[in-house]
Amino acid sequence: MATLSVTSAPQSAAAGLRNDLIAAAVIAVVGAIGYFVFPDDLAFLIRVIGLAFLVISLDLVTGYCGVATLGHAALFGVGAYAAGNVCLAGVTDPILMLLTGVIAGTATGLMSGLLVTRFRGLPQLVLSIAFGQLVAALANKLSSITGGSDGLAGIAPGPVFGVFNFDMFGRTGYIFSVIVLLVTMVTLLRFSRSPFALMCRAIKDDTLRARMIGVAVYPRLVVMYCVAGAVAGLGGALTAINTGVVGLDSVGFERSAEALIMLILGGAGNLWGALIGAILFELFHHYVSAASPFHWMILIGLLLIVVVLFFPKGLVNEVTRRIGDLRQRRAAR
Amino acid sequence: MTALLDVQRLSKSFGGLRVTDDVSFTLSSGDRVALIGPNGAGKTTLVNQLSGDLLPSGGRILLGGVDVTTASIPERVRGGLVRTFQVTRLFTSLTVAENVALAVMQRRGLTKRMFSSVIDRADVRDEWQSVLSLLGIGHLAATPVTKLAYGQQRLLDLAIGLAMKPRVLVLDEPAAGVPHDESPRILEAIGRMSPEIAILMIEHDMDLVFKFAKRVLVLANGALIFEGTPAEVKENDAVRAAYLGSYANARRAS
Repeated sequence: MATLSVTSAPQSAAAGLRNDLIAAAVIAVVGAIGYFVFPDDLAFLIRVIGLAFLVISLDLVTGYCGVATLGHAALFGVGAYAAGNVCLAGVTDPILMLLTGVIAGTATGLMSGLLVTRFRGLPQLVLSIAFGQLVAALANKLSSITGGSDGLAGIAPGPVFGVFNFDMFGRTGYIFSVIVLLVTMVTLLRFSRSPFALMCRAIKDDTLRARMIGVAVYPRLVVMYCVAGAVAGLGGALTAINTGVVGLDSVGFERSAEALIMLILGGAGNLWGALIGAILFELFHHYVSAASPFHWMILIGLLLIVVVLFFPKGLVNEVTRRIGDLRQRRAAR
Repeated sequence: MTALLDVQRLSKSFGGLRVTDDVSFTLSSGDRVALIGPNGAGKTTLVNQLSGDLLPSGGRILLGGVDVTTASIPERVRGGLVRTFQVTRLFTSLTVAENVALAVMQRRGLTKRMFSSVIDRADVRDEWQSVLSLLGIGHLAATPVTKLAYGQQRLLDLAIGLAMKPRVLVLDEPAAGVPHDESPRILEAIGRMSPEIAILMIEHDMDLVFKFAKRVLVLANGALIFEGTPAEVKENDAVRAAYLGSYANARRAS
């Protein structure tokens, strides 16, 4: 599929637009399938979409820029808390709540990025964990705005555009989430083809070489962190809108680690990889933990080992590479 | 005429070890200068100081009359000082065209754009295509860098440097690792570069040096021990003792 190509030859504007339309169509069709085939599991699917934002956001800094982080949930959680708080303060419009999440996520991304991208390698990883833990500790302590360990409850968003009420079956929430995902994904796919994102990939490949063509690396990584913060904050806000509660788990270390696992599973450096990784992990988690509540973690561990051994670049990257090779061989014949 | 690059009494020490020892030289527009010296003479250390990867312990570097001794790497690049590397450094997850286009877009201030792909815009495309054609790798534009032969990678390394439209281009062993029969292609590519660029080339391959350079700087133990034309360098006893002796012996043996 053209939209899944990882390393693209220069694309014309028309090809780019075609890819955007294909991407939108794919998300809309898969979203519709989810709605009609699993009408009783919409709450689960909504959760998956919320997490997908976190993984896509992580992909922007890890997959595109090579930043190692295990504190990314902070960006997601702060977005969720911010959206929850404005709702409790009376701003119940879901779009405004999303916007609040984006702003809070961007601000957190800025702070995190300023700190984390100063370094490379292990110091960077340690700083990212420290930042995540700091935010988690603050979330626990500042119970007046986070609800502490009880969580922030009673978030009751108003109807979307003043018309579509959120229902107990999650129908409105699901459709709303799919549309937000679709818009975000198409926007980010455009972004991923931009000179800015291309330069980020170049920085990941060889930072010194990038500097030698005149790039000031640090400010660029910080900007990318802000973009990632906006996406994660959006996902956090969306989750707060849909579930009505924000708990400490939304900023926790475990959430950050899981997001990294999802990204590696799907394929870093590819937005589709991030999205599909999140979906596959959550599906696996959902069904395997239902079938085997005590052993599912072992099976997840085994799955990851198999993926890393046989698909070291992630499922999506590996599949697209093999399709590309196959096409080349056919063309050579 | 003001020198494009003016290196004044540059020195660098690591602890007690003096790796660059009071080095002075100038480069003017159109210069074709080779920097030679035995292994460990401090050639790459000197280049690293010119490019800003390493700060000198003493002395000054002027680029177009401006003191860039402590300037950052991007500042020097903006001033027109561009280098390539002894070991190829490329953006390996990208295609050949993307590698060169990035340099073009960066120079033209287009890489801050977040929502429009300009790599295919006519003026940008013309530029990266012409650089690739100049170096004879235009047909490889859509090829991923990882699928290039080593000689082609070296040419791409040069192409990225050229796409920056340098005033001073420092080539750190452009033919290193390239099979001997392919090194003329590198030389040919360098020969096609704009005559206005001042080029400083570090090279071990003496055939290449003598074909390329109008002027040769000889470095030994961090200090410049000789500067002259290729013919003078061949005849100089001090140079022979420090460097060419071993080269001549090697040639005789082969």
